[in-house]
Amino acid sequence: MIVKRKALTWWERLYVPAVWNGLKITVQHFFRKKVTMQYPEEKWVVPPGYRGAPYLVKDQDGRTKCVSCQLCEFICPPKAIRITPPGPPGSPEAGNVEKAPKEFEINMLRCIFCGYCQEVCPEEAIFLMRDYSLTGFSREEMIYNKEKLLALGGVHHDTIQKWKHK
Amino acid sequence: MDPNFLLLSFVKIVVVVAVLLPLIAYTALAERRICAFIQDRLGPNRVGPFGIWQPLADGIKFLLKEDFTPSYVRKIYFWLAPAITMIPAMMALAIIPFGSWLGLQKMVIADLNVGILYTFGIVSLGVYGIVLAGYASNSKYPFLGGIRSSAQMISYEIAMGMSVIPIFLLVADPSVNRALAADPAWSAFLQGTSDLNLNHVVAYQAHGVWLVFKQPLAFAIFLVAAFAETNRLPFDLPESETELVSGYHTEYSSMKFAMFFMGEYANMIAASAMMVTLFFGGWTLPWLGLDHPAASVGMGIAQIVVFLAKVVVFLVVFIWVRWMWPRFRYDQLMNLGWKRFVPLALGNIVITALFLWARR
Repeated sequence: MIVKRKALTWWERLYVPAVWNGLKITVQHFFRKKVTMQYPEEKWVVPPGYRGAPYLVKDQDGRTKCVSCQLCEFICPPKAIRITPPGPPGSPEAGNVEKAPKEFEINMLRCIFCGYCQEVCPEEAIFLMRDYSLTGFSREEMIYNKEKLLALGGVHHDTIQKWKHK
Repeated sequence: MDPNFLLLSFVKIVVVVAVLLPLIAYTALAERRICAFIQDRLGPNRVGPFGIWQPLADGIKFLLKEDFTPSYVRKIYFWLAPAITMIPAMMALAIIPFGSWLGLQKMVIADLNVGILYTFGIVSLGVYGIVLAGYASNSKYPFLGGIRSSAQMISYEIAMGMSVIPIFLLVADPSVNRALAADPAWSAFLQGTSDLNLNHVVAYQAHGVWLVFKQPLAFAIFLVAAFAETNRLPFDLPESETELVSGYHTEYSSMKFAMFFMGEYANMIAASAMMVTLFFGGWTLPWLGLDHPAASVGMGIAQIVVFLAKVVVFLVVFIWVRWMWPRFRYDQLMNLGWKRFVPLALGNIVITALFLWARR
């Protein structure tokens, strides 16, 4: 295939049209609205289903739903979750929930936000929520314990509350 | 040597350098903001309102970075090259008149009668720093960058020098000289100066129109040659990132790199100041009484501000052009310098001379 190349006109060889077009385009772009999003003053809207930081939830009656089955601890790829199950007497403040965990730690620096713990949990007790920027001053501070996780998790409205009538 | 003169010159030098260095820093900030705006984004605006303290942050970064000297470089030249780049850039500002009077002091560091020759001599020295950087770095990309840059700068110096000659043919106009001698303010200001003095060029422009209107071709050649001299786009092959990694400053880090960077912007400022003085009336404006040498301190300061504003306009043009046009290929660049500009500049000289002879 032969590509015809037109000879440049006199004006084009002096680069005059090139220069003029360049000026026009840059001036237009200079005065356009900029696409930059100025974080942290402007933040983006987190879509539903976003895999943020994992937190423990309570149901609408205030019960901690986790029963320390330790499935999430086994499936977590970087082993970020550590659960201490309660001994035989159980835990006194658990209410009706059988075997609520004595201690539940997630190391946010190891968590890879994959969502496997949410997928495997049989009690729907752990969910990945909307936080994406976690900060702290030390590595110890970034290991979130049970209280912090429950506080950040909030309430999950349950249609079936299995511990209510047991 | 008159000690008073030495002291006052020293003060003027300190003031000029104290204005130049922040101007360099803020030109870098302006470049980043303007290029960002052209590219539909905001530039650095976090460090102060509109990013005003960004140059301070950059300075701290350069100071605290590790100053690494690779083992394979030629140490003495490696150390010398940034200084040799920076010094001629700053020296070129010595003869530029940035105002008329301030009190009893002329606002130019060295009122040389052969100012323009001094400028071209110093600009020629600027080639050495880059060549030395390329040679000393002992590595392929800096070597190529240094060679290309030296050939480019030498070629365009010729065009630049020749394009300015018609200016000086025009400026030695006897009728304008008579008018200036008759005016008391101008004759006191221009006492002891000859026709080649840059203050005389400014005086000629104050008496008529700016020389850009009388010699547009000379201005066009000088503008393009100034881009080539300062190694700015569209002629920045010696330091282009896509072609040569970082060109002649690849092997440099921290303060030495900062000196190359500052030297490039100082060159830009010197070239802008030359263009303003030779073609755009220097420190004069045709209105508001700003076209006579200052009678009061207030007018003196106003004229300095006028000069600085014009230099800033040219710096914005430099920055704008960098982010607008693609760069020249090396053979196209040399072609332009030798086969197009030199004949054009020579033709311009001949035509101006013929025109003046016909008009005598």
